[in-house]
Amino acid sequence: MSTTDWPLWEVFVRSRRGLSHTHAGSLHAPDAELALRNARDLYTRRGEGVSIWVVPATAITASSPDEKDPFFEPAADKPYRHPTFYEIPEGVKHL
Amino acid sequence: MATAAAQRTARTEADGAPDTVDTTAYQHAFDAAVAADERIEPRDWMPDAYRATLVRQIAQHAHSEIIGMQPEANWITRAPSLRRKAILMAKVQDEAGHGLYLYSAAETLGTSRDELLDKLHSGRQKYSSIFNYPTLTWADVGAIGWLVDGAAITNQVPLCRCSYGPYARAMVRICKEESFHQRQGYELLLALSKGTPAQHAMAQDAVDRWWWPSLMMFGPPDDESQHSAQSMEWKIKRHSNDELRQRFVDICVPQAESLGLTLPDPDLRWNEERGHYDFGPIDWSEFREVLKGNGPCNEQRITQRRRAHDEGAWVREAAAAYAAKHTGSAGETGATRA
Amino acid sequence: MTATGPATVPVTAALALGDDALVLSHRLGEWAGHAPALEEEVALANIALDLLGQARVLLSLAGDEDELAFLREERAFRNLQLVEQPNGDFAHTIARQLYFSVYQQLLHTELAAGDGPFAPLAAKAVKEVAYHRDHAEQWTLRLGDGTETSRERMQQACDALWRFTGEMFQPVEGLDADWPSLEARWLEYIGDVLGRATLTVPEGPRTGAWSAGAGREGVHTESFGRMLAEMQHLHRSHPGAAW
Repeated sequence: MSTTDWPLWEVFVRSRRGLSHTHAGSLHAPDAELALRNARDLYTRRGEGVSIWVVPATAITASSPDEKDPFFEPAADKPYRHPTFYEIPEGVKHL
Repeated sequence: MATAAAQRTARTEADGAPDTVDTTAYQHAFDAAVAADERIEPRDWMPDAYRATLVRQIAQHAHSEIIGMQPEANWITRAPSLRRKAILMAKVQDEAGHGLYLYSAAETLGTSRDELLDKLHSGRQKYSSIFNYPTLTWADVGAIGWLVDGAAITNQVPLCRCSYGPYARAMVRICKEESFHQRQGYELLLALSKGTPAQHAMAQDAVDRWWWPSLMMFGPPDDESQHSAQSMEWKIKRHSNDELRQRFVDICVPQAESLGLTLPDPDLRWNEERGHYDFGPIDWSEFREVLKGNGPCNEQRITQRRRAHDEGAWVREAAAAYAAKHTGSAGETGATRA
Repeated sequence: MTATGPATVPVTAALALGDDALVLSHRLGEWAGHAPALEEEVALANIALDLLGQARVLLSLAGDEDELAFLREERAFRNLQLVEQPNGDFAHTIARQLYFSVYQQLLHTELAAGDGPFAPLAAKAVKEVAYHRDHAEQWTLRLGDGTETSRERMQQACDALWRFTGEMFQPVEGLDADWPSLEARWLEYIGDVLGRATLTVPEGPRTGAWSAGAGREGVHTESFGRMLAEMQHLHRSHPGAAW
């Protein structure tokens, strides 16, 4: 790769206060400062955000789709983690 | 993330897995996901041909966005009112942004933006032929918005449901942002059509020149289209070229009437039986010639793109060199958590 | 000239500020499709759009925005010569941005703090120009402290535009600002940025030697006439038309 290759950054935007940052997309920038500014220009030019994170794409460790079953399926058979699992007599309030 | 393919290779090696994996099970999972209208994501296994088709299509789409900036940017410095100037600048800016979203989507398939740009600059990848036509008058800005963006939207809306997740998500964002592009073009033409006789003539002339090339944007007729069948099966594409072209014609005819402008096709008439407008034969020889590189602006567009890229090289190098020198300080800006 | 615009807005000042923004916006608009990276296309367009927005508000205070933009003769434009200078290479554009945005930020901060007719506009603009200044500063650092080539180009650009910077601190009728103090702060700030960018503060004179004056008096440089010819041609070709 030539020296003109700028690394890839993933961009996360908080759309308004009280919400968490969500992935908006990616962009190229030579360093973190410019990545942040480019993200502002690109992903919030219609007022989509109040805060931005940029993360070097290479810094992300992702779960592998091949491991989907061991990773995520064990969570599917634990219904007692959800409130709908429990039976409450009719008329009982504030539960 | 851009190197899903590389990561997959690395993982296989690290796991000590055999070089040749039996892909039948993967193929089944892939087919089932597509059939169930689930999205394919970057790190999922996918057939090589699916990956190649996507890279080709997304890259071509991205290239079209950035080459497409040129014919309109041609009028930024001459826009006849400050309001129109602001609108046009914002629109051309959006196109740069859309190119960016699309290159990012292509990068999730393991091809870098630099590689894609290189292929564009060397003519190995194409962009939409429509941008090889010149913008001769101000009205062309309106005609591009109404007809070219209109055709693009007709093509793009179904792509929001494309089977490849990153492409579909990019298209959702693009379609949302582009909703003003077509309207501004229509409004611009309307102002001209209702304006002075000279303005009206300018608008009619532009529509006369852009109508047929816009219809060609949907690609060759279904029976001649190379990639259509497989793409439909993979749910990259959801409707055939001819279907979308017909939909576009049906939308445009009444819009032209409201504009007070005519469409340059004597065969254009409502067909009660089909429930659609019939339209005249498209001159596919022109399409093929422009595609081959013989359009009025092919040379000019690619030359300008290359020049911008080459002239910017020292700037990109400088920023990379600065980043290399100041890596420490760049790392410290993790203070962006706010 | 006294205030003749609506609500006692000093017209001379509205034109000076409005023309600065209009002309610089136009020059930045010329970058569309030519920027060194796609990300930079978007950044330059954002700045151009901010400036165009400022120009429209300011010109509307002085009259009809389109009449003022498209039907005035060259000598009636009150912008600084700095902002009309051709884009040149990216270094020239960045040097022009740096010089002007630092000036604009200092001036608008002062206007926003006052209670003059421009205070509301300046309060909005000051946020925009703070970003423009930051953009120019970031790039000055990278070009200055990047490669040998980029430092050379950036130094050349800073030197070439230096002689247009004195005009910025010539008092403008109707603008209540402490000009000598603005100038001192501008020099200090620019000196600091250039220093951090490993560049040398230019040494030449900061104003032209010509007694005819400069942009604020309606005296412009050669390239400005050409720029206006392009900008005004279509509008003027259809007198009275609506767009």
